[in-house]
Amino acid sequence: MARLAKDAERSSAVRAALAVGIAVSAYGISFGALATASGLDIWQTCVLSLFMFSGGSQFAVIGVLATGGLAAAPAAIAGSTLLGARNALYAMRMGPIVGGPWWRRLLAAQWTIDESTAVATAQPTLRGQRIGFWATGAIIYVGWNLTTLVGALVGNLLGDVRAYGLDAAAAAAFLGLLWPRLRSRQPIAVAAGAAVVAALLLPWLPPGLPVLAAALVAVLVGLTNWLGPKAPAALDRDAGL
Amino acid sequence: MSSWNVVLLASVLVLGLKIAGYLVPPRVLEKPTPARVATLLTVALLAALVVTQTIQGAGGHPVAIDARLPAVGVAGVLLALRAPFIVVVVAAAVVAALLRLLGWMA
Repeated sequence: MARLAKDAERSSAVRAALAVGIAVSAYGISFGALATASGLDIWQTCVLSLFMFSGGSQFAVIGVLATGGLAAAPAAIAGSTLLGARNALYAMRMGPIVGGPWWRRLLAAQWTIDESTAVATAQPTLRGQRIGFWATGAIIYVGWNLTTLVGALVGNLLGDVRAYGLDAAAAAAFLGLLWPRLRSRQPIAVAAGAAVVAALLLPWLPPGLPVLAAALVAVLVGLTNWLGPKAPAALDRDAGL
Repeated sequence: MSSWNVVLLASVLVLGLKIAGYLVPPRVLEKPTPARVATLLTVALLAALVVTQTIQGAGGHPVAIDARLPAVGVAGVLLALRAPFIVVVVAAAVVAALLRLLGWMA
């Protein structure tokens, strides 16, 4: 019986990891193609996926570079770093689940992203959570890097990417990353406020800076907890986990 | 700053944040405010990036309304219909490419 229960734990965690991992890996192709369109070469594109390995931050780097060029480099770095701040939050949550010696946590750190944290925390047992985390991390790391390379090679062959609508694809990618987070009033209000701030500042500030200015909306609402849930237990739902 | 500097510096910072999270004692998570700000920060930045990627112009025109706007509209409808991410992204590209092919909102 115990053995059967263990098998069920593992297969449910691995099934979730496969479903999420394969779906996410597929859009590494759009990242690779958009990255080369933004002016990065194939090596730089692959280094982003290998070392940064966080979709939102990677899209932010190439999105700001594509519109602002290297003059917007500080804004590109600041934007990707701020977007990566949530990974630190996930890491705090995963620390006790991953456990083990320091080198295991170091390896886990690289794979701590939206999807691995989401699959892990959705499993009912500690063993299932560990399997879910490592399986999702491994599948996405391999898949995302392979599809990034394919996308970069394809993107280089395309030439004028606007003719293929790749600039619109980048905007849609951000919308797709945003959508699952809009589950309650507070994040919806922050998204709307940030969108308005960015649109109003766009004509007046250098590329990249309107995005950073919009981040202040989150800080303001976050500190005052305007429209927020009263109980801290609701945080899990807000984090989209 | 060269492209390599941007790529490497940004990567080190993003990876550093992940590692830092494992070094922080889990007690900090129990405080709701830092967790809430970090979560909302992601939402605000993504929303602002949607806007700038959709209407930001180039070459001296800060704002440009073109085929990207209807394409992102289609993406929003598909997301509301629970379409998978890759379908949404490809559909947006196809809409923008078709509009430009037809010479509308180029």
